[in-house]
Amino acid sequence: MALNSLGREIPESYAGKPLIPYGDPFAIRPVGTVAARPLKRVNPGEKKLLSSLREAIEASGLKDGMTIATHHSLRNGDFLLNRIVAEIADLGLRGIWIASSSVHPVHAEIIPHIKSGVIAGFQCGVNGLIGEMATKGEISCPIVVRTHGGRARSVIEGSVPIDVAFIAAPCCDEYGNMNGYYGPSACGSLGYAQIDATYASRVVAVTDNLVPFPVVPVSIPQTLVDYVVVVDRLGDPAKIVSTTTRVTTDPVGLQIASYAAQVIEAAGLLRDGFSFQTGSGGISLAVAEKVRNAMRKGSIKGSFGCGGITGYFVEMLEEGLFSALMDVQCFDQEAVQSIGRNRAHQEISADMYANPFNAGAVVNRLDCVILGATEVDTSFNVNVNTESNGYLLHNTGGHSDTAAGAKLSIIVAPSIRGRLPIVRDRVTTITTPGETIGVVVTERGIAVNEKHAELKEELIRRKLPVKEIGELQREICRVTGTPRPLEFEDEVVAVIEYRDGSIIDVVRRVKE
Amino acid sequence: MAGFKLRRSLLYVPGNMPSMLQNIPIFNCDSVIIDLEDAVPLSEKDAARHLVRHFLLNYTDRNKELLVRINPLDTKWGYEDLKVVLPAMPDGIRLPKADTPEIVERLDTLLTEFEEELEVEIGRFGILPSLESALGVINAVGIANSSERIFALAFGAEDYTASMEIERSRGGEELFNARTRVLWAAKAKGIQAVDTIFADVSDMEGLRNETELAKRLGYTGKCLVNPRQIEVVHDVFAPKQHEVEYALQVIEAIQRARQLGTGVIALGGKMVDAPVVKRAARVLRTAYAHGMVDTLIDEEAIHGAQ
Repeated sequence: MALNSLGREIPESYAGKPLIPYGDPFAIRPVGTVAARPLKRVNPGEKKLLSSLREAIEASGLKDGMTIATHHSLRNGDFLLNRIVAEIADLGLRGIWIASSSVHPVHAEIIPHIKSGVIAGFQCGVNGLIGEMATKGEISCPIVVRTHGGRARSVIEGSVPIDVAFIAAPCCDEYGNMNGYYGPSACGSLGYAQIDATYASRVVAVTDNLVPFPVVPVSIPQTLVDYVVVVDRLGDPAKIVSTTTRVTTDPVGLQIASYAAQVIEAAGLLRDGFSFQTGSGGISLAVAEKVRNAMRKGSIKGSFGCGGITGYFVEMLEEGLFSALMDVQCFDQEAVQSIGRNRAHQEISADMYANPFNAGAVVNRLDCVILGATEVDTSFNVNVNTESNGYLLHNTGGHSDTAAGAKLSIIVAPSIRGRLPIVRDRVTTITTPGETIGVVVTERGIAVNEKHAELKEELIRRKLPVKEIGELQREICRVTGTPRPLEFEDEVVAVIEYRDGSIIDVVRRVKE
Repeated sequence: MAGFKLRRSLLYVPGNMPSMLQNIPIFNCDSVIIDLEDAVPLSEKDAARHLVRHFLLNYTDRNKELLVRINPLDTKWGYEDLKVVLPAMPDGIRLPKADTPEIVERLDTLLTEFEEELEVEIGRFGILPSLESALGVINAVGIANSSERIFALAFGAEDYTASMEIERSRGGEELFNARTRVLWAAKAKGIQAVDTIFADVSDMEGLRNETELAKRLGYTGKCLVNPRQIEVVHDVFAPKQHEVEYALQVIEAIQRARQLGTGVIALGGKMVDAPVVKRAARVLRTAYAHGMVDTLIDEEAIHGAQ
């Protein structure tokens, strides 16, 4: 056991690999070269089209103990991972690792295969029941939670080698050219899958929309794809939307959004060239709405909107408030349709989006990002992975990547969630380190990290309710009372990897 | 102008809803009216007033004016409301159905008795009478003069239109006479005038239009039924940038005039004298509340040294 710089106890190794305790957000320098994979040759006349998923699994050479990957661009509407795992189980394979870009509640279907040993563990974060059961000790499989940028890094540097990538390809030809723009399962950007296609040893394109050669535009080219398989359905694109995509009408949420928008203005960021990222969700969209109005009012011409892209950002692009969208993932159907018709709506890979170990990611160019939290502590550390019951329920997404990259990262959260205060002495799990968080905005006050002293003064001058974070905590606790701390066993059920590969925290089994 | 208090937004909060009461500190309205009257069902009258009392006792870092709308004094709840709530020190009482000066005088007497009993300064509890019937509107002048505790007159259109046996329209033409009469009474007495609620929470454009109308007529504030309405109302009542700049010039000009030993001076070809200065001072105080100017204008700037 060693303590990392945030005071969390990190074991020396996990799932057979040594762990590096987290030190600070920017210090680790990468060494070595990017991962290699075998050279290939496909001669004229050779076919890539196979007749079934099972045939493709067999052709890929998948063996016991190997690692597979899928992308999560269809989010909770993805059918592919469940089908692949079912086929793998039928084939009698065991000990397979999943290194998908994310796992969603819909994938709870694979839980029996975890129990039976077909699936050995996860080289990625998980959303929903799998994490909950792991935290309760009801299933046993290692989980390494990674950020979007961190996952791209781990694959590119070779610390997580993918043996076979199965890529859901909403629009694909028989030679493996594909995009996500068109077809019954269109999901828009294939930003995560671009990494898998480039670095996995074998690449299988799976489509429900085989079109005549060649598919254009090409998001992932034929040169990277070994096999093509047709299935009846890849997924349900209506379920790409995992949270609300409508601006909140809750007065508390609107109050938070109003403060957040005023913080952005006070920071002096709202000028020509402004770049911005928000997630989906009612409060984030309410901030976007207020920012949009302020940009209109000031005739401000922004630079780019980034991230998971919503119809909201599409409207801002079309209105001329941004000159481009940098899209690693589409969050709704409006975004999916836009990326297929608008050249200024640029598809970017997870590497370009957020990998810390390349010659500069898009997050480094962000002025401002709006982020959520399940808990924040008095050192500004943020938890988005576990809930206050200690269960691992959420993947990190781009949270730590954008917080580290943006000039100003703003956490928006209601001060009370499920009767519990949002500000704690110590968050249950650290996802994102406090040194990369600028401001915490709640309806009861705004706490500014001391590294933004000038912004703090400006907010006070503008008569916004600025409070020390401890003061904010005490004020909230006067309403809620102080919650009893959770109790955990020693057993580590998941590790939370920071974007650079160091370990920022671990998730332990909850004492029931 | 001592005791000037900005009252652009007076938000109603039901007195029987703990989840809403606990959010009172977070909204940036100027005043809150905690309702024990229409929002509270008969079966909860007793529980609500105790809930409100405890909320007020625990709300120590007060950041806005707190008014309580009691039940009318001729009901069996009105007196009890005062008895339970006043020891928790609200800033004032919103008196519904203030149809005659006598009704207000009766409340004034009761408040004095409570102040003596609680050993607080006489006049500590203010009164905001609701003129919400034909009779109340007719008696507006008398009501405005019925108690020195009255800091504003509030017009209530919902009950008023009911008493007139008419419907309330989106344009509000049918309210014009009543709105004006309430205003005259308030302005003649030198107190503020607060406009009625706008009930459709989803219609922000309608709210904006109605608030702009009220502001043009002379109202200084509006009652609200939802926190979402605060932003629009504050936006309407915010002085425009050019008004603020002109007001600053006026104050500077009058200070120059005083140094020259006169109370009148020309600014950009127009005469600046006491009424112009007074209007400028009002603009600057509102601008200060909106964070548009950094310092609050002092009395000496307005009236000159004694």
